[in-house]
Amino acid sequence: MAQLTFREAIARGIAQEMRRDESVLMIGEDIGAAGGVFKGTVGLFEEFGGLRVRDTPISEQAILGAAMGAAMTGLRPIAEIMFSDFFAVCWDLVVNEIAKSRYMTNGQMTFPLVIRSGNGGGLRFGAQHSQSVENWAMQVPGLKVVVPSNALDVIGLMAAAVRDPDPVIFLEAKALYATKMEVPDGEIVDTLGTAKVVRQGSSATIVTIGAMVPRSLAAAEELAAQGIDCTVIDVRSLIPLDTQTILREVSATGRLFTVEENPRVLGWGAEISSIVAEELFYDLDGPIVRITTPHIPLPAADALEDMAIPSVSRIVEEISRSMNG
Amino acid sequence: MTIESLDLDAKLGLYRSQVELRQFEKRAYDLFLENYVKGTSHLSLGQEAIAAGFAAAMREDDYTFATYRGHAHTLARGVPMTGVLAELMGRTNGLMAGKGGSMHLTSVEHGVMGSYAIIGAHLPIACGAAWSAQYRGSGQVAVCFFGDGTTNIGAFHEALNFAAIWKLPVVFVCENNLWMEYTRTSEITAVEHPAADRASAYGLESIIVDGNDVDAVFEVAKKAIDRARAGEGPSMIEAKTYRQAGHSRADPGKYRPDEEVAAWLAKDPIPMYHARLLAEGATEAQLSEIDRAVAAMVDLATEEAKAGETPGADLLMKDVWADGGSAWRN
Repeated sequence: MAQLTFREAIARGIAQEMRRDESVLMIGEDIGAAGGVFKGTVGLFEEFGGLRVRDTPISEQAILGAAMGAAMTGLRPIAEIMFSDFFAVCWDLVVNEIAKSRYMTNGQMTFPLVIRSGNGGGLRFGAQHSQSVENWAMQVPGLKVVVPSNALDVIGLMAAAVRDPDPVIFLEAKALYATKMEVPDGEIVDTLGTAKVVRQGSSATIVTIGAMVPRSLAAAEELAAQGIDCTVIDVRSLIPLDTQTILREVSATGRLFTVEENPRVLGWGAEISSIVAEELFYDLDGPIVRITTPHIPLPAADALEDMAIPSVSRIVEEISRSMNG
Repeated sequence: MTIESLDLDAKLGLYRSQVELRQFEKRAYDLFLENYVKGTSHLSLGQEAIAAGFAAAMREDDYTFATYRGHAHTLARGVPMTGVLAELMGRTNGLMAGKGGSMHLTSVEHGVMGSYAIIGAHLPIACGAAWSAQYRGSGQVAVCFFGDGTTNIGAFHEALNFAAIWKLPVVFVCENNLWMEYTRTSEITAVEHPAADRASAYGLESIIVDGNDVDAVFEVAKKAIDRARAGEGPSMIEAKTYRQAGHSRADPGKYRPDEEVAAWLAKDPIPMYHARLLAEGATEAQLSEIDRAVAAMVDLATEEAKAGETPGADLLMKDVWADGGSAWRN
């Protein structure tokens, strides 16, 4: 066992896979000797050398094109897009090229690649370095989307993403990089498409991902003191989506709350709400409630950003109001 | 190898390749008019020498990256005509069973790693295949074709710089046909030679070739590909040519001055090469036999493509994922 930060877990997960498989390569801006701007790749350059851990220019289209071309010819690249906001300058490669080419070529090509990116707010970086873009990726047929919430899951889901034969968008909540937990030694491999019940309750089910998981758990503790006992599901993987776990746990409590960092409109929780409404309508004891960032760009000032992103107190307040309403 | 070392048989091969591409594109156009081919299509009529010359200079396992104007580049690598024509017609015996269409022709087994319809996107992807070849030490080279219009989009510049700094085994080939869709390229480009004049910005040699002269194309292609294979890094070649038809199916190309069209038709690569081969010892009978054989080949491909089945619902939900399916939830 070792205490590991979320950011150290990223490097450990990648190193685990690079040791196992020489076709796993890593590219991105400042990921080599510098160890990444978020220090997520510290030690990789030293262990695997500059041919396998390779710095690139600020050329996001080139980075993702390189990953795609390498994947279609037998390698398993991991590409870093430093901030997920920067997907906007290379989204063509993600949406039109990487996601569609297997389908368009009738299965002639496979794209075993991972695109890692720092995602979400909480760091006072302002609107262009703080977005939660998981719903952008989730809407594109052909992409898998993984959003881990803790160091252990980072390692296991990274390993699963690298070994997966399809393109995986791996979104790392920047607000979680410094969080720590005990992680076992040895190889850790998880499974994509599996949600985790991280708290079992009986009154309501909170469905959430990424940086909103610890907040939802903290909110659940406060709600328990009010007599509202919540199940909390860490979805972990938006595509493939573990709908069965969500349906089972919502059915058990009769209530669904989603806690989402993304701006309101068409956030991932809207899809889950729609599935639950269609398939579990008669098991619901009250309205589905989505707790999200409002439909605004994120402001920089700490006071404003804290008002925008769902906080523990807002989660408690909204669930409590709805449960008591 | 230089062009002097190509014997007459090899040159007859280059002639045949160009005739195949020409006859195919004419047939594709006719099949549009008969409504067998739906959607859109971008023909390479007049630009065949570039595809033929490069394909002849490539090793069997080299990679081709083409654009939506990619029929010729696909066929030139030896992809069967029936598969290409059937793909245009949306039949199950198409290269991709009708799921890609004219603009996305791909045949991995022939090294045709896709035809890309978003301008510039495939230049970085070709870099990736070249990076892979470099890392694996396979000696493969990626050849990436694009039009003059591509030189003004960001991905072009990102890819050129990227290829140069990593010394990637990639050859960029700009087919400058003078027109960016319906606009004259010189009117919207800061330099006279849209690719060649940009080469020096990436430390590359400025190379211009007569894209209607298959011998010249072959020679410059061979040199650049050999150089890439030897680990000496990327090249960019600007091939001057002209598309004899409009930009796409919907475009009659009326914006082009008659005298310009006439001048370029006089430089049509195929009659030009026909005359050269006669001067170099080929016989009229040899050349007309090639013309005849190709015509028969196109007729056969047409019949086979027409006989292909219409894809069914089984294909619709297939191959989003590597497991062959499309499930996104359990």
